[in-house]
Amino acid sequence: MPMNGAGRQQSQQFVVLGESLKTGESMDKKGKYETVVGLEVHVQLATKTKVFCSCSTRFGAEPNTQVCPVCLGQPGVLPVLNKEAFMCSLKIAIALGCDIQESMKFDRKNYYYPDLPKNYQISQFDMPLAYAGEVRITLEDGQEKRIGITRAHMEEDAGKLIHDPGGMCSYVDLNRTGTPLLEIVSEPEIRSPEEAHEYLVALKRIIKYLGVSDCNMAEGSLRCDANISLREKGRSKLGSKVEIKNMNSFKAVRDALFYEEERQAEVLDEGGTIKQETRLWDEEKNVTSSMRAKEESHDYRYFPEPDLVPFDISPHLVQKIRDNLPELPAARRERFKKKYNLDWYDVGVLTSEKEIADFFESVTVLTEPRSACNWIKGEIMMHMNERSAGIFELNIEPGYLAKIICMVRDGIISNLAAKDVLRECIERGKDPADIVEQKGLLQVSDKGELELIVDEVITVNEKTVNDLKNGKENALGFLIGQVMRKTKGKANPKLTGEILRKKIKG
Amino acid sequence: MKITLSNITAYKKWLNKENKPLSLAAKDLAAHAAEINKDVRSFIAIDPDVITNRALSLEKQTKRGSLWGVPVALKDNICIKGGLTTCGSRILEGFRPPYNATVATKLQAAGALLMGRANMDEFAFGSSCETSCYGPTRNPRDLSRIPGGSSGGSCAAVAAAQVVAALGSDTGGSVRQPASLCGVVGLKPTYGRVSRFGLVAFASSLDQIGPVTTNVEDCARMLEVISGHDAKDSTSVDINVPEYTASLERDIKDVTIGIPKEYFTCGISKDVSRRVQEAIKALKGLGAKIVDVSLPHTKYAVSCYYIIAPAEASSNLARYEGVHYGRRSAHAEDLIEMYIASRNEGFGAEAKRRILLGTYALSSGYYDAYYLKAQKVRTKIADDFRAVFTACDCILTPTSPTTAFKIGERIDDPLKMYLSDIFTIPANLAGLPAISVPCGEDKSGLPVGLQFMAGPFKEEMLIRVAHAYERSR
Repeated sequence: MPMNGAGRQQSQQFVVLGESLKTGESMDKKGKYETVVGLEVHVQLATKTKVFCSCSTRFGAEPNTQVCPVCLGQPGVLPVLNKEAFMCSLKIAIALGCDIQESMKFDRKNYYYPDLPKNYQISQFDMPLAYAGEVRITLEDGQEKRIGITRAHMEEDAGKLIHDPGGMCSYVDLNRTGTPLLEIVSEPEIRSPEEAHEYLVALKRIIKYLGVSDCNMAEGSLRCDANISLREKGRSKLGSKVEIKNMNSFKAVRDALFYEEERQAEVLDEGGTIKQETRLWDEEKNVTSSMRAKEESHDYRYFPEPDLVPFDISPHLVQKIRDNLPELPAARRERFKKKYNLDWYDVGVLTSEKEIADFFESVTVLTEPRSACNWIKGEIMMHMNERSAGIFELNIEPGYLAKIICMVRDGIISNLAAKDVLRECIERGKDPADIVEQKGLLQVSDKGELELIVDEVITVNEKTVNDLKNGKENALGFLIGQVMRKTKGKANPKLTGEILRKKIKG
Repeated sequence: MKITLSNITAYKKWLNKENKPLSLAAKDLAAHAAEINKDVRSFIAIDPDVITNRALSLEKQTKRGSLWGVPVALKDNICIKGGLTTCGSRILEGFRPPYNATVATKLQAAGALLMGRANMDEFAFGSSCETSCYGPTRNPRDLSRIPGGSSGGSCAAVAAAQVVAALGSDTGGSVRQPASLCGVVGLKPTYGRVSRFGLVAFASSLDQIGPVTTNVEDCARMLEVISGHDAKDSTSVDINVPEYTASLERDIKDVTIGIPKEYFTCGISKDVSRRVQEAIKALKGLGAKIVDVSLPHTKYAVSCYYIIAPAEASSNLARYEGVHYGRRSAHAEDLIEMYIASRNEGFGAEAKRRILLGTYALSSGYYDAYYLKAQKVRTKIADDFRAVFTACDCILTPTSPTTAFKIGERIDDPLKMYLSDIFTIPANLAGLPAISVPCGEDKSGLPVGLQFMAGPFKEEMLIRVAHAYERSR
């Protein structure tokens, strides 16, 4: 199973990739049912300003400080579409291989809620930006699976309600109101909680590569609702679906789907029927509970937004964006494989996040790809996990890592010492060369000095020396270790080995 | 104190002769308007201090615009920064917008002295100015009668010479019908000609702000000031604003006027019919060519309008629930109760009726039968006009089938009330410009209005024809 200790999406991703997906197992447990899942993902677009006014979208400001008459829905004000939000949406839709529509329009989705000052949300109903895209995920057996995207449409975000713990009142913060969102709806082609998880990881990766959203589920810049139903294997008719809301991490999505899969199977096994309803995931208790039945669902009374005119999308613009898209994860994987001659596992790890891939490429400018890859997979990711940090939050420049790798390659410091230097680098942000000098970690590569130490080691380890003479090669490692101990790890291991061999075997 | 408010030119001459600071003249203007208001009640409120302050800031304008010092009334659904704006509704009690409507900014830049808040039907729902929570405005020509609506306050204020000009808003005839009933000139511009930013929305796809004046020339002057593209209104159109006053004097010998037979059937009072026939004759005399035309889908216009307009209104008015501004009921225990009580106390009967109608029309299961069908009919009506405008330049009809009726006469009969706008609604559905000009009186001395409609952005021609007709009388 994937490791989730860090509780952070970014650190989960690359771990998940290499792990086997236990889809089959969970399916077997359910026996006769097939799970059908569709996901609705809301992505907050990283525009400077809101989608229909010029307020800032910065996260974490004092409540109600990033508002204006337009996003407050005051009488007589009008929305004006933010072109940047449209461009970000278009980039995502194109990257997902969607069929971009020639024209789109906005509609009003009418419902009352205090976080929605107009009491309608400007969204897109029957003429969205795009239809028919796809996300490709990798299954446990290494096979690629295509998950279809039904549609992608633009809309505005609502504000936030903060409920007084005493239950006496609720506070409304409208800073988030009007933040641009792209809603991406998948086809019901996801067959397990693990596939759902993989879909989210892959989708997030693509969007992050485009640089148009932070996709930070904890901050709410990526949100996901899931529809899940079970049907007997071999049947084509879909069962009654349940919508699950309130999942705050990819892990929560998977856990909630696991729970719901099991719950529905039990109900069906006992001869019951699944009620079409909306359920909420309770992260603490690890259960879903009913929020509202289908009959209680809203009639949103969609109709065309008369304050915004229908919007033509020029095929030239679409082509221009398509031609200028940054390299996407799939293409980058292919290129890494070819250019750096790494295996697929390593390529997967390195490209799991755009930042990691970028970091890797900066390091390889100065060093061999193989060692850059090993250092990133090993030490760097260990530090990321330890700190639950992204690679660029580690406070180490790619150039510093390259320096460390080169110092090891050139025998200036030992591999062991290099790990210390890296930690020091990350913790203090200092130049590795300075650290090496200050801590006296310079490797002993002086032949004369080493010969003296080797002689001492040979004298006190007579038995091992004889073992080596008799062809027990692993005895050499022990002897090198002894030299290392005497030099506090500063001896050049390669040179030490050579001297030992020469002195013992002649 | 004798104040001349008969038109812009005459007023400016008076102001010049007075030879005193505008802020002092403003005091007289406010007092004069307040005096008349006792009877006519066209203004919800007149605040002499606010008016004086506005005059003081106009005094500081170095460049004096075309409307410098001219007192103008704004319908109470057009926002003036910091001033009360209530749309004649209890639910907006105490609301002061922190922004100017674009038209208010433009008028002030041109030097207009904004006099205050003209009364209106609540949220512009009405044809008689009786549904205002502040009580009805009276027709200056006969105080027992309604001034028309919903811009009844704006039209009555101009007709009663409390101001020289006013702005109203026209969603289904709300500028033209009261202009007709009060005997003044009222114009609804092409949809997109004037920015709607800061106009409290009734039905966004139909609303348009328009001038109310005593004559066509002033109408042209006002339109010149308020027209033009606005980046804050996506539905405002970015095309050049002509100098409407420049072509006023040109004759109309090149103009073909269509008379649509569908507008001359039943329901028109004899006097209205007679005055309109006389107008046709007069226009012929001016050299215009008169042709018969047909707009076959006219009969569906009122029903189509009463689906689309309430549907949009039901959504536009959803924001008034007491959470963020305006009236919040004190009699509520929880959120839903607060919504219900605030809206129940805040909205009048006609507003409730329209919200219900619109909500129903948009409901799932009814949408296709009502809203979608109405949109299709709307397209047919627009197509009718497109076809007709290949055969003529403008269309002539009565503005309203009758002259002003008595206060209270139709208030309990919504269907009869809705038919007051039967001739004005099509121009809104098709987004076309239309103007109402006085064309005489009925036998009781009440004004009759003549309506001209034209193709999109043909205001220049519309004004020229209306001006030529006005001159001939």
